[in-house]
Amino acid sequence: MPFLLDVASWVLLSLGGAFVFIGGVGALRMPNLYTRMHAASLTDTMGAVLIIAGVMLQAGASLATIKLAAILLFLLLTSPTASNALASAALLAGLRPGDTAAPHEDRGE
Amino acid sequence: MIVLFGIFLLTLMVITALAIVQTQHLFVAVILAGIFSLLMAANFFLLDAADVALTEAAIGAGISTVLFLGALALTAEHERAASANRLLALGVVAVTTLIVIYATFDKPRFGDPEAPVHQHVAPWYLERTPETIDIPNVVTAVLASFRGYDTLGEVFVVLTAGIGVLFLFGAKPRRKAGPPRLAAHEPGDGLRHYLIPRVVGRLLIPFILLFGLYVQFHGEYGPGGGFQAGAIVAAAVILYALLEGEAQALRVLPQRLLNGLIAGGALLYGAVGVAGMLLGGSFLDYSVLTANPVTGQHIGILLIEVGVGITVTGVLISVFHAFAARGRV
Repeated sequence: MPFLLDVASWVLLSLGGAFVFIGGVGALRMPNLYTRMHAASLTDTMGAVLIIAGVMLQAGASLATIKLAAILLFLLLTSPTASNALASAALLAGLRPGDTAAPHEDRGE
Repeated sequence: MIVLFGIFLLTLMVITALAIVQTQHLFVAVILAGIFSLLMAANFFLLDAADVALTEAAIGAGISTVLFLGALALTAEHERAASANRLLALGVVAVTTLIVIYATFDKPRFGDPEAPVHQHVAPWYLERTPETIDIPNVVTAVLASFRGYDTLGEVFVVLTAGIGVLFLFGAKPRRKAGPPRLAAHEPGDGLRHYLIPRVVGRLLIPFILLFGLYVQFHGEYGPGGGFQAGAIVAAAVILYALLEGEAQALRVLPQRLLNGLIAGGALLYGAVGVAGMLLGGSFLDYSVLTANPVTGQHIGILLIEVGVGITVTGVLISVFHAFAARGRV
């Protein structure tokens, strides 16, 4: 049983890491702010959920698991909110989703 | 494994620091500085310094970034091109770096138990904490009791900084008649028309305050204490101000009350010290506060941590309001 748990958590952690990596590549390679946010949101959602689930399997039935669940809930509430605020701020600043590069955006970000 | 993590984090920090120096865009620099603080916090955590990590994450990555952004809103977004003699600067930096690298040769090895820092007073603190103070977190015992003078000094540094900022920014009357300068949307109105952040923020603020209280009063048992709790509570209030608007936040916590908090926290700290003197001990000796010296230490530490928390909260919120009000004038 511990072996199965280890395998499951290993799979979850690897998948989570893969999603974080994909999110990072997307944030670097996508053409404009909205698509980059779309890619980066993978890190917040799939990456965070899978990694925390994997760590929870490692922690077992303990207080640490409850704390991790609280952190996960907090992340699931705040990251979409932050994405929403960022996107609306960009829209309000006059950045259209179709533009390939922002007028005053630092390229070497 | 820990060493590997440490090298990874330190490499990222060096990269971040180079990026901060390299970028001309101050907004990017501020965000990178926040990332730097977060990496530093993770690094402190790896070194088992959970208290310092919490402080760095709450103040360095959280509040400082907000205050820097507030300052940026009042100034330009781009760095002015440096006109000074760059070769001279390069020479100074190179020489300093060489001296620092040379100095590291004399450092004890990482984690060496024979290092001077572990031989001087640390064993005494570790030995004496269980019998005289009897709290699990030795860091809090050292910070609040053994080195109470140092912490009192830190609180007065925070107090003085707060007074200084309030003097500088309060030089003009708060609200002058005249058209507001910000044009994008009504200033001071908060994010009233951003529905989602407001709803989620309202949901989270009570829990952030609760967590702040937990960090405040759990400092004797785990990582935490007045400085961290003050930053967390201030973050909750600043979030409230961002969501509901400056005016509403000032209605909830008026500046006069904040001024009272700033002075009151430091006063509470000093009063605990004086109370120790009046009861026959020396300044900041909590053992005489009650009949049982250990209980006296507990009460003294609790009170001065509350004092620290109140002052830090008051100063951080006031500084934030001072920046925000300046943008509105």
